[in-house]
Amino acid sequence: MDTFIQQVLSGLATGGIYASLALALVMIYQATDVVNFAQGEMAMFATYLAWTFMNAGMSYWTAFLLTLTIAFVGGVVIQRVVIRPVENKPILTIVIVTLGLLVILNSMAGWIWTYLQKPFPSPFPREPIRMGTVVLGTHDMGEIAVTLVMLALLFLFFRFTPLGLAMRAAAQNPLSSRLAGIRVSWMLALGWGLAATFGAVAGIMVAPILTLDPNMMGGIQIYAFAAATLGGFGSPVGAVVGGFLVGVVENLVGTYVSFIGTELKLTVALAMIIVVLLVKPSGLFGRTHVRRV
Amino acid sequence: MARRAGVILAVVVIAFAYSLPLYMSGFRLFQFTQVCIYAIALMGLNLLTGYNGQFSLGHGAFYAIGAYISAIMMDQWNIPYGWTIPTAGVLCLIVGFLFGRPALRLEGLYLALATFSLALSVPQILKYFEHWTGGSQGLVLSKPKAPWGLKMTEDQWLYLLTLTVTVLMFVFAANLVRSRVGRAMVAIRDNHIAAETMGVDSALYKSLTFGVSAAYTGVAGALSAIAIAYVAPDSFNVFLSVTFLIGIVIGGLASVWGNVLGAMFIQFVPNFAQDISKAAPWAIFGIFLIGFMYAMPYGIAGGIKRIWISHVLSRVSQKQGGEAVSTTQAQSPSR
Repeated sequence: MDTFIQQVLSGLATGGIYASLALALVMIYQATDVVNFAQGEMAMFATYLAWTFMNAGMSYWTAFLLTLTIAFVGGVVIQRVVIRPVENKPILTIVIVTLGLLVILNSMAGWIWTYLQKPFPSPFPREPIRMGTVVLGTHDMGEIAVTLVMLALLFLFFRFTPLGLAMRAAAQNPLSSRLAGIRVSWMLALGWGLAATFGAVAGIMVAPILTLDPNMMGGIQIYAFAAATLGGFGSPVGAVVGGFLVGVVENLVGTYVSFIGTELKLTVALAMIIVVLLVKPSGLFGRTHVRRV
Repeated sequence: MARRAGVILAVVVIAFAYSLPLYMSGFRLFQFTQVCIYAIALMGLNLLTGYNGQFSLGHGAFYAIGAYISAIMMDQWNIPYGWTIPTAGVLCLIVGFLFGRPALRLEGLYLALATFSLALSVPQILKYFEHWTGGSQGLVLSKPKAPWGLKMTEDQWLYLLTLTVTVLMFVFAANLVRSRVGRAMVAIRDNHIAAETMGVDSALYKSLTFGVSAAYTGVAGALSAIAIAYVAPDSFNVFLSVTFLIGIVIGGLASVWGNVLGAMFIQFVPNFAQDISKAAPWAIFGIFLIGFMYAMPYGIAGGIKRIWISHVLSRVSQKQGGEAVSTTQAQSPSR
């Protein structure tokens, strides 16, 4: 039973990371019907920036905030410069452009910081928390807390600020929003900025566990896909629930199903994606779109 | 007329390709063997994405399956390499067809997601079946020697073998896309509802295209295992699938000979770029990928075709303009 609780809790911790990245994917998908294949690489790049700042002698939280700001600006710039010219093109075109972004960011990181793995500090104390016989990693608990705080902030932003309202409006009905005086195109760019910020948090939180290298986010991204698919690509709440669920399932399957272990973890995510897409393509929280012919 | 010119050009190019071993050998020739192999794989992906409009960001998986079928047959059962090529093709046809069935339900983006995840998990799956695949060490094979006592080096023989397979598969593909089946594929891509009302069995053609596409890529994989004489899981990572996508985007979507250009691009550009940095090839690939999407969405082949069409159109309109002038002149005296 103790192992079970422990696995569930550490599943929730990794789930928090998947949830952050899945939320980033969903935020962009909701506004523009695009899945950003470069989301993970954007997060990885931001994490490298944080590493550079810390190496330059900044304190953890200064570097953290500075990185989030740069990630936000970077996200906006990427949308304006790279994505906007192909906004109204077929999906294949946009997917290819985000894939191009993926390989560019990946190789740039390799170029600037080399492919050697780098240790990344955790802001939380080393000593694990003991509750009876269950031992909890402090970093795990910190991760969950950070994810929840981010979610709360995001909820407050979208629910209670005029800008959040404008962004929701722009995503739901671009034409009417434009008539109401909302600068829809800039709202989309802000969406990319927010998504990049969330990705950066996910990257910084996962780096102490995986150690930093340019291919760090590949596996995380597939899990974020699984989380977003499970929750439904149209639903932010779904993405978060999906993220935590995927994290827990991954850990439990890895512990209790012996033939999978840690070696086939990515394949579990693949199987989850395919099963969800076949059984309920709109996900747990998504709505099915009916299209006129 | 354009078609006859195309056939003549194709024959000249093929004849030149067959004469290559006379001018070059060793590593140079091996690079052209690679070009042929990539061209087959790109042809497969292009049938699916370019002609049928289905995404696949995971064709590296079928390439891997082809390569491992060939490698395992040679390594474990000592089957002559010649037999492994058609076997890989047939098995990949079946696997592709079966994968294409559930993929029918996934449109656009979701298919891209599913295949992308497939591409990401291929190395893990390969490492898992260590007993057959040799785990992360991979399998080391031996290069085939020229048969029938031909006086050729291994590289020369491999090149001619690969080239012959490539020519056969391209002729088949060129005929396929011009046939009834090919028209059905394109009709489904352009408007699947309209195609269905015209009596095209969309589900069948889509999964069949998936199968044929996988078969092409599988054959390419088998040839690559034979040519490189080594397979390892980490060479079939997600970047391989992205490479194929880059190949068809640069060469030209929905084009047959564009695949050859795409194959040359993905084979030679990294070689030049590698001198700058280990990461440079991919940075360049990425920039080309985005740049082509902005400027030439139908790739090099599509760009050339467009120039050709506008050239022909301008000539036709000149001709018609001339006739129009002469008719007015002819009419004027009667007035």
